Amino acid sequence: MLLKELCQINGVSGNEKRVRDFILERIQDKVDSWQMDKIGNLVVKKKPSSSDQPIVLLCAHMDEVGLFITEITADGYLKFQPVGGIDPQILVSKPVSIGSIQGVIGTKAIHLQRKEERKQILNFEELYIDIGANTKEEAEKEVKIGDYAFFNSHFEIIGQDYLKAKALDDRIGCALIMEILDSSFACGIIAAFTVQEEIGLRGSKVISNYVQPDFAIIVEATRAADIEEENEEAWSVELSKGPACSLMDSATIYQSRLIQKVSNIARNHHIPLQFRKSTAAANDAGNIHKGGTGVPTITLSVPCRNIHSMSSVICKTDYEYCLSLLRLILQGGFINAESEYP
Amino acid sequence: MPNRNILDYHVLKLLAQTYGPSGNERQVAEFISQQVGSYVQDIRSDALGNLLIRKPGTGKKILIACHMDEIGVIITSIGEEGYLYFAPVGGVKSSDLLAKRVQFQNKRIGVVSQEKNTVDEEKTSGKYFIDIGVNSQEEAGKIVREGDMAVLVGDYQETADHILSKALDDRIGCFIAVEMIKQLHSEQDLYFAFTAQEEVGSRGAKTIVHGIEPDLALILDTTLSFDSPKEKNRTSLNRGAAIKVMDRTIVVSPRIKNWMADAASQNDISFQWEIITTGGTDSGPIHLTGRGIPTGGIAIPVRYLHTGNEIAAKHDILSAFLLLAVLLNQPFTNL
Repeated sequence: MLLKELCQINGVSGNEKRVRDFILERIQDKVDSWQMDKIGNLVVKKKPSSSDQPIVLLCAHMDEVGLFITEITADGYLKFQPVGGIDPQILVSKPVSIGSIQGVIGTKAIHLQRKEERKQILNFEELYIDIGANTKEEAEKEVKIGDYAFFNSHFEIIGQDYLKAKALDDRIGCALIMEILDSSFACGIIAAFTVQEEIGLRGSKVISNYVQPDFAIIVEATRAADIEEENEEAWSVELSKGPACSLMDSATIYQSRLIQKVSNIARNHHIPLQFRKSTAAANDAGNIHKGGTGVPTITLSVPCRNIHSMSSVICKTDYEYCLSLLRLILQGGFINAESEYP
Repeated sequence: MPNRNILDYHVLKLLAQTYGPSGNERQVAEFISQQVGSYVQDIRSDALGNLLIRKPGTGKKILIACHMDEIGVIITSIGEEGYLYFAPVGGVKSSDLLAKRVQFQNKRIGVVSQEKNTVDEEKTSGKYFIDIGVNSQEEAGKIVREGDMAVLVGDYQETADHILSKALDDRIGCFIAVEMIKQLHSEQDLYFAFTAQEEVGSRGAKTIVHGIEPDLALILDTTLSFDSPKEKNRTSLNRGAAIKVMDRTIVVSPRIKNWMADAASQNDISFQWEIITTGGTDSGPIHLTGRGIPTGGIAIPVRYLHTGNEIAAKHDILSAFLLLAVLLNQPFTNL
């Protein structure tokens, strides 16, 4: 399964090479050209069959959140900082790997914690990685400052229709775009697999300097909030209700005429579609829509629980519906080079 | 001082009352196009919704930018009983909107209210919603869709010296630019940029400069007025055009701000300085375009910015207009 293979590759922001190599190997024969830019983005092209067809940019980011080694203590423990948004509470006693070295994240055991400490929220400063070294010298033989640590987490099917993995944000997007590249549509396709999204949309900034499509679709994973503590109205998106179309986030206002077109396509083809009710967070659309003289842009996301953790969960049906919707958008007269503006 | 009546404030009234939250500036753009249609040939739009109007000339290429969008709210979901849940668009907090009226593009008016938490009285942070006077989700869905935006309601009132309205930020800038297009005869090659999405982070300004590469950019925007009853020492109403020195996104070159101040002094136009450490304007992304663009700003002080009840002084608007006119007619050998 393509998504499984993608999720099991380690590629924290700034260290996406293995993901990129995998993607390129799998799609090289299906595209007309490919290039890599100097920040590490992979851009592949499928030419349109005629020059009057629009060029559509599909964009997903290759990087995942992870950890970065900042210090090796005298006792041989590794101190670290997050790369991207990670809640330190989820890290305690989780297995990680640093290259081929195995480690576990430790903190003071509950037996040793004072009463008030048990109520406190953990910070990164109180956590460390234990790689089974006795001294700094011993640890330094295996690890150096600046190395990345990755979550060790298996890809697993849970229930009938759900699956669990690390890095679903945004290997989902990578997988969907790779599947799209299997077919041809009535448009040219540029697929951009970007780097460093999780630390501030940096790869897409570079993409927006030199890629000039007529239309762009960002394919993402988005935080589901269908949990017990929240009222149902506050659930930004829910699993098993289909892909989510963004209305607005902290970097992009999506044009309502485009949102309506996506809704209409979904409705006409009986594809469930939800709107992303939250306006917080951002994705590569923030840069892509401001490229050149502006690019009409939409974001379609697969809802994802426990996002930015080693155990993210998605619904397979949402993935399948997202793929169908993407195909329909690329097939239909959705993206005629329009003179219509917002 | 020249004739105080050279500005047609009826145009400002129509501009300020037009609906145009960030990303939905179309009606403002259409109004501006109609207003200046008989004065210019070259009117363009781009995919962000910016409007670019050129008045060609043989001199320097100068970009005059002001933004069309206003703050507002975006509907994120429609509740079972037809209440509309929303998020702010631009620099406004939901709590500031309580009990205020908002209006959608289709003219429908709603009022902002807040959920009461009857279970836990200490927990008062109920969600904010808009009540448009319907009985069901279905009924609401026929009037408003997810993604639709609404703006604050704030009627226009003109007195002898002041203007009160919603959206003076930055329809005043648009107004000055429109009047300039109508009245000015300049040798310079002028590009008037009416930008989109300034209130959400100057996004239109990022694309508007693409392919123009002006020699100079001048930004017309409003700025915070600090003349509350207990604070009178900073930018205030009725002290003239505010020449931008600094905000969070730009430090104006001393050459440019001094050139502007000298021009004001020599022509008896009253001015003050705009120095703020918060907030940015289109001058931010514009001055960083390409290899960098010399950029200055003229601001009009406004009280109660982003409230729907903004107050500005005609003296400041006229001063800004006159200063811009003088600047656009000067030789640019020193810049």
